[in-house]
Amino acid sequence: MRAGEASKGVERVAGRACVLRGDDVDTDRIIPARYLRIVSFEGLGEHAFADDREQAKGNHPLDDARFAGASLLVVGRNFGCGSSREHAPQALMRRGFRAFLGGSFAEIFAGNCTALGLPAATLEPRDLTALMDAVDLEPAREVVLDLAAMTVTSRAGTAPVRMPAGARQQLLAGTWNATAVLLEAGGAIEKTAARLPYL
Amino acid sequence: MSDATKSLFDRVWDLHTVRELPGGETQLFIGLHLIHEVTTPQAFEALREMGLRVRFPSRTFATVDHILPTDGARRPYADPLAEGMIAALERNVAEAGIEFFDQASGHQGIVHVIGPELGLTQPGMTIACGDSHTSTHGALGAVAFGIGTTQVRDVLATQCLSLTRPRVRRIEVTGRLGAGVYAKDVILAIIRRLGVKGGVGYAYEYAGPVIEAMGMEERLTVCNMSIEGGARCGYVNPDDTTFAWLRGRRYAPRGEDFERARAWWREIASGPGARYDDRVPIDASGLAPAVSFGINPGQNVGVDERLPRPEDAAPEDRASLEEALAYMGLDPGAPIAGTPIDVAFIGSCTNARLTDLREAARVARGGRVAPGVRALVVPGSQAVARDAEAEGLDAVFRAAGFDWRSAGCSMCLAMNPDRLVGREVCASSSNRNFKGRQGSPTGRTLLMSPAMVAAAALRGRVVDVRELL
Repeated sequence: MRAGEASKGVERVAGRACVLRGDDVDTDRIIPARYLRIVSFEGLGEHAFADDREQAKGNHPLDDARFAGASLLVVGRNFGCGSSREHAPQALMRRGFRAFLGGSFAEIFAGNCTALGLPAATLEPRDLTALMDAVDLEPAREVVLDLAAMTVTSRAGTAPVRMPAGARQQLLAGTWNATAVLLEAGGAIEKTAARLPYL
Repeated sequence: MSDATKSLFDRVWDLHTVRELPGGETQLFIGLHLIHEVTTPQAFEALREMGLRVRFPSRTFATVDHILPTDGARRPYADPLAEGMIAALERNVAEAGIEFFDQASGHQGIVHVIGPELGLTQPGMTIACGDSHTSTHGALGAVAFGIGTTQVRDVLATQCLSLTRPRVRRIEVTGRLGAGVYAKDVILAIIRRLGVKGGVGYAYEYAGPVIEAMGMEERLTVCNMSIEGGARCGYVNPDDTTFAWLRGRRYAPRGEDFERARAWWREIASGPGARYDDRVPIDASGLAPAVSFGINPGQNVGVDERLPRPEDAAPEDRASLEEALAYMGLDPGAPIAGTPIDVAFIGSCTNARLTDLREAARVARGGRVAPGVRALVVPGSQAVARDAEAEGLDAVFRAAGFDWRSAGCSMCLAMNPDRLVGREVCASSSNRNFKGRQGSPTGRTLLMSPAMVAAAALRGRVVDVRELL
């Protein structure tokens, strides 16, 4: 993408969902460090949750045929904690996920998602449990995340979701390429630098 | 700095604000951008694709740390992937005109060790780096946070970030630390108390008599692990300890410039009238050396305590606790002391500075690593290694049976050949005990202070270091 080029906004992510239960899932688990020895993000998708999947011997949600082709990942609290590695959302994106729904997200992970145009929205605990159970019960049923209405609709009905206002607006407007937005400040950047006592 | 209600965080944030963005974020100028080999190649590539250049190459500094072998291996490295990453960084910094502290420079090291050590990190700065432990630099009174690779691109292109302003929580640590109790134990206690997600959305201001009495390297340890408590940023107000530590460092101001800078550094510190979104008092009296027992850093106990039982935990924490104990192979209610170890690792951006090595060497001196234990010491930088060798610390470690290595991130995250094998248990002075963190998918990590690691290495099991001092 060239600087200043606008992306198409993300108003709605619809598709099958995959449920990954548990809190505090860290980015080392999402993508183990040994897969970071690369100079591009290509091919990361196949290594998502590599060690967890190996240990689950086929019983990991990402290997569960019922969730095949899922584009929404439903997770617990503090998902993506730990390392700042953008390789984590990159790996999940390259595996086909277009949105995350969870109890809460670690801050750097959530920021990395927005930078990639991937919504990370949170639900109230009761709604999250209901959503997880609904997807587990009927994985083929479509789940719809609507960023305009700020709702998620599933077999369990329609529930409200939350997102930081700025991230939501960037996704809706297709302006998540922050470099383009920041460049618009033009000379105000050098003006700010000029008033810093240490420069 | 007339508004006495402002904290250091408020003052630094306001000073660096370029403008408010339509979505409510702040466009924040970044005074210092530190880069390393792992999280930047894709950012430089994206910059090229956008037809942009590095906007402030003179405010960008590079080093290599994550993937370096620490056994003295020379280029080209045996691992072609590691070699490729270093080659990419070399090409990128040469093209952009960025100063690069490579191994030949004599200033190479873990990015969060060399920034402060070279005097690049200074009070009142905004600092970013594609690494979550960038919070470390807050120890000098800077506002510093970790960022992802796309944000590295943002900073390279604009020297700015789009950020939501966090709230500020003051953590006031009172009391006095006993012998054998260190900064690592304080931050582990803070994370245990506030939880691994308690700091999400906050910047942490560490204050109080215990923090004020700490030397700079101890403060670096505390701020380093802010992110382990969910806080992207943590800092200590600059004071005489900070100023004395900075004076004479390579990139610190000199002569009259230093005096002028010091006056400003004093002004920006939070005063008694500063307002906070939250305050948390922590009494560190009677604090014991900490040991983690689980799969996140909040899961830790004092070395004199027993492991928690899932049935006693809050309902929402029960499943995590059960998972942690099962992964670690530890019994609920058992004492943590006496847990056998296979590996001892002293290193990482948390605890690989000179004072860390001194404390560990104090324990190791005259002792012998227990049979069957693999022990290694990886200094945080080439300068730390030189200083330690000048004091003879390397000889102390070697005589006790520790491996003395060259600088890098090493077994903290095992992107280089230093890694656990199978279900090995590692007493580690690093920051994360996540599943698989130290390179083996089933490896187990017990976080503790460097002195505690040295003690565990000698005894072959977790032991209260206070018994050895």
